[in-house]
This record gives sequence, C-alpha cells and structure tokens, in this order.
Amino acid sequence: MKREPPQSIADYGPLFFPAGMLLIFFVVPFGTMIAVSFFQRQEGGFYTPAFVFSNYERFLTAFFGGVLGFSLMLAVTVAICCVVLALPFTYLLSRLTRRLQVIWLVGLLSVLSLSEVIIGFAWSTLLSRTAGLSNLLVKIGLLEQPVALFPSFGAVLTGMVYQALPYTILVLYPAIVRLDPTLMEAARTLGSSPIRAFFNVLVPALRNTIMATLIMVFIFALGSYLLPQILGRPQHWTLSVLITDQAIYQSNMPFAAAMAVFLVLVTLGLVALTLLIGRKGEKA
Amino acid sequence: MDTFLKKSISRRTVLGAGVMGAAVLAMPNILRAQDKSLKVGVYGGYFKDSFDKNIFPEFTKATGIAVESVAEPTGEAWLVQLEQAAKAGAAPADVSMMSQVAMLKGQTTKLWTPLDLAKIPNSKNLIDRFVNKYPDGSVAGIGAVSWYITLVTNTDVYKEAPTSWAAFWDKANADKLGLLALVSNSFLLEITAKTFFGSTNALDTEEGLLKAFDKLAEVKPNVRLWYRDEAQFEQSLKSGEIPMGQYYHDVTGLAASEGHPVRSTFPKEGGVQDSGCWALSRASKKVDEAHIFIDYMSQPAIQATLSRKVGTSPTVKRELLDLSDKEFAAVSSDIEPIIPRYDLYTTKSDWLNQKWTELIVG
Repeated sequence: MKREPPQSIADYGPLFFPAGMLLIFFVVPFGTMIAVSFFQRQEGGFYTPAFVFSNYERFLTAFFGGVLGFSLMLAVTVAICCVVLALPFTYLLSRLTRRLQVIWLVGLLSVLSLSEVIIGFAWSTLLSRTAGLSNLLVKIGLLEQPVALFPSFGAVLTGMVYQALPYTILVLYPAIVRLDPTLMEAARTLGSSPIRAFFNVLVPALRNTIMATLIMVFIFALGSYLLPQILGRPQHWTLSVLITDQAIYQSNMPFAAAMAVFLVLVTLGLVALTLLIGRKGEKA
Repeated sequence: MDTFLKKSISRRTVLGAGVMGAAVLAMPNILRAQDKSLKVGVYGGYFKDSFDKNIFPEFTKATGIAVESVAEPTGEAWLVQLEQAAKAGAAPADVSMMSQVAMLKGQTTKLWTPLDLAKIPNSKNLIDRFVNKYPDGSVAGIGAVSWYITLVTNTDVYKEAPTSWAAFWDKANADKLGLLALVSNSFLLEITAKTFFGSTNALDTEEGLLKAFDKLAEVKPNVRLWYRDEAQFEQSLKSGEIPMGQYYHDVTGLAASEGHPVRSTFPKEGGVQDSGCWALSRASKKVDEAHIFIDYMSQPAIQATLSRKVGTSPTVKRELLDLSDKEFAAVSSDIEPIIPRYDLYTTKSDWLNQKWTELIVG
C-alpha cells in the first residue's frame, strides 16, 4: 500500500495530541527554567525578574567543574557497567525457552517497581558493617572481622547499576531477540568459538542498539540524586544533589535553574558528539 | 524534631499535597457553619497530627474559634507560597508556624502583620528570645515551640557519655560521626564557635567565620555520614554502625525509651536550641482570632501539654511550668543553650552555603 502524504490539516490531526503534551510538559517548564536562570537572586529573600548572568558566572568555577566532571564520569561508568553486564545476560536470556524468558522478564520488571529510596536503603543495609554481606564473608573465613563497605564510590556505583540494569536489559532484549539466529550459526559453522562469534558477529551487528542503550543509561544515571546521597560520601555527590540543595534548601531558584540548564546543555552536547562520531565511523 | 524537619520532598508528597490542597479548597463550605474560624499552618505529618489531636480541639472548646489546620511543607517552600499568595491578597493560612530564618526572610517583605502584645497578655510568660521583632521593634512573631539538637551516642559503643562537643574533634572517633549535611540546619559553625572560641559572637566577622570553617575542617575525617534524611542516621545510630553524631534530643529520648541503645547528652557548651514562631500573614483578615490563638498557645499549661504530648521544648519560662524535673529533662535542659545565628543565614546565606559545600564536598 502506498502511503499518501498528508493533504489537509486534519491529516496532521493525530500529531496534535503528542505535540500538545510535549509543549505543556516539556517546552513550557524548560522555557520557564531557562527564564528563571537569568533572574536576579535576592539574598535573604526570593528572586526578581531580570536578565543577569551572575548565576552562570557562579557556576563557572573549578569547584563546580569538578562536580560536573564527577557526575558525567559516574554516569558514563554506570552506562558502561550496565551494558557490559546486560549484553551477555540478554543474549543468554534470548536463547532460553519462552517460559523461562517470561519468568526472568517478570522478575526484572518487578525490580522496576522498587523506588530509589528502597534501593538505597536496602544496599546501605547490605553493605553495612553491623548487618551486611561482610558478615557472611567472616562466617566462611574469608575476612577477619566485618567491615563497612559504604559510604564509598563502589557502593554508589553498585546501587546505580542495580537500578539501571533492568532498563538496559529491557532495551536490549527486543533487538537481540529479532537478530537473525543464522548469523551466529554461520559463524559457528565457519569454525568460530562461541565467545569469538559473540564479539565478532553479535556485537558489531548490534552496534547501533548498544550505542543507543549506552546513551539512554547515561542520561538516566545523570539525573540520580538520592543514591549518591545515601551510599556515597560528599565527594560522590552529583550535580543533581547540589541543584536540589539550592532549589529546596537555599530557595535559590535562579542558581539551581542555571545549574540545571548547564547540565542539560552538556548532556545534549555529549550525546550529539557521540552520534556524530558514530556516523563518521559508519562511513569509514 | 523528627518529622517536621524532614525536608526531602518525594513525588508522593507532592501528590499528597495536591490532594490535601483540593480538600482545603472544599473546606470553606463546611466551615461557614461555624461563626469564627482560623486557618493555622503547622508542619505536616506527625506534628500536625499531634496538634489536631491534643491541642486544637481544646482551643475550639475554650474560645469557640474553629481551627482548620493546614499541612505546611518544611524548608522554605511554605514561605514562598505565603509570599506569593499575599501578593495576590490571599492567605493559604492565617497563622503559620515558621522557622527563624523564614521569619527573617518574611520580614524583608513585611509579610508578617505586626502583633499587638496588649492583646497577647500571655506573651509576658515567654523567654525573651522567643519574641521575634522587626528592626523597628514591632513584633513579627511569637515563639510557638522549640527543640534541641544534642550530642548523641550509641551506648553499646560508648559506655561513658561524652561531655563536650569537642568529642567530634577527637582523633579516636575517626569515621564514626553522623552530622547534618547543611550549614543552615546543622548549626555546626555555632557549635564550633561556642566550643573553641567562647561564644557565637566569634562569627560576627568574616574572619571569625573563616576561622570556624578551618576548625570545622578538622572534623571531616571523623565524619562517616553527612545526612539530610533523619531516618538514615537514626537507623545507623541505633545499630551502632555510626555510633556518634548530632541529632534531635526528643527523638533520641523516644528511641531510648523504646529500648534502643542510644543516649542524648547536653554537652557542657549547651545543646543547640532551634525554634518555630507563630506568624500572621499580612493578607489575613482574621487578626483578632489570630491574637486569641497566639495568646492561648503561650499559656504555660498549653506549653506543658506540648512538651508532654508532642515532645517540644517550652518557649515560656521554666518557673511558670508544672513540668516535673523528669518531664523537663525529656525535652530540655537548664544548661544555657547555643542559639543559632539566624541573622547569618539571611545576610550571608549564599557565601556560607558556598564555603560549606566546598568544605564538605571538596
């Protein structure tokens, strides 16, 4: 069937609803935030409409640069860990029987029902000295005495990977299931070991999916602000934590907005860069 | 206090507030049946529930004024809402309980109707510092309740109670402390100044503040947790995971009475006494009712009830109260308290916040 290009306004009708939603729930709030980021902060009070750059100036220091750098590094690390763990897992999952796959997927989906707070507190208990996993290690003689494994960078990373892993698997799953199984069979027939086939055939075939997944997990992890607080020390706090401090505790909306705008711009820039590099790589 | 300083806002809270807002909008129809009424803002959760149960019904019985309590969010969100509503001539609550910093910020925009002490005879019962005044001497607010932040320890780990805030600086306590994460709610600068530089007057100058920051930096290696959420620290204190820190006196006492191995100590330099004021929005038309309400709340008997039922420290003078020594000790102490330098959090708030964040994050 040939698709007709839209002829009248009515043909565009189905677009109005999503466009309206996007306008109301994204464009308007984001526009407001950009506007507020240029407002004048009144110390000891609120803010007044103005057009000043002082909020951005305050952000442009080595201190906030360091925090931003850490947030980006953390998000990238989480994204890489998630994909490295999820890719082989999802591939093995796709080779199970339908019934087992459903059980696994339901289990993964149920993890999504946990709130960030519950995940944070659960991991802080698991990693504690008094009740945590290290007590098990002492029981089986691997450790002298129980140790506290949080707050630390490892704890933050563990919590965030745990939280993002189900999303990663759910994004990778359809692509891997749809992948032509004969590709792997051909590789095996031609004498490739399973591991070699996985890296030389499956991974390149899923290049775009993997890239998209990395970007999705990266952005997901960048917004995290509860887990770094619960499982990390202050040097592991992300920019989102500082934004919350400014907005809620200091009622410094202009500065909070400026930081948020900056974070969004840097994120978009990085995503664009990644896609650009990806496209160049394809041409080559 | 436990619940009303809980400042993290979840999506659920926002939804809850929305539902509550709708309920409040539906309320006036019911209230018209009553002749006189007053909308009173108190911190939502445990605090509002206690007031609804123990205080407001008695007030209505005594004065014939119906109270509609409004759950206010903590932090400064409520101040922002009151301010914006007042600009539009509306008052989401007539009288609200406000933190000291919020009182000062509201003063800058003349948000609070000056109160007439002649109509609040019980105000003479109050300890002087609980009368919040405009620079011109008119009264902006009257102390509602107060509470203490003290030095808390796990009794299994520390057999002897520490006697001074200096214990935070003790090298033996490396990686053992839980402290509040914000400059404006931990009051650690005041604690440092009182413990090492004699009094909080040491914070008058920028030089003095920097000295306090330097001294405070020495505490950093001892801190395991900088907490925003009280539940996080309370749990760790009870289990001994983080055996020392600063926390709310009343909540710690409650936990100890439930059998947890924790204790709250008033150090010899004093506990930190924070407080909330009753303040009347300039948009409110219920000026007379508000004065009657504030007067009623300033009675020694009511303050004693608050101490017994809600766990707050009284704002009226000790000798007027019929609290037993044990009841008084459960909520307060005779040791001269450290009073936070609220003025700093309005005049220098951004500078302090920046220095503080650099201190603990850097």
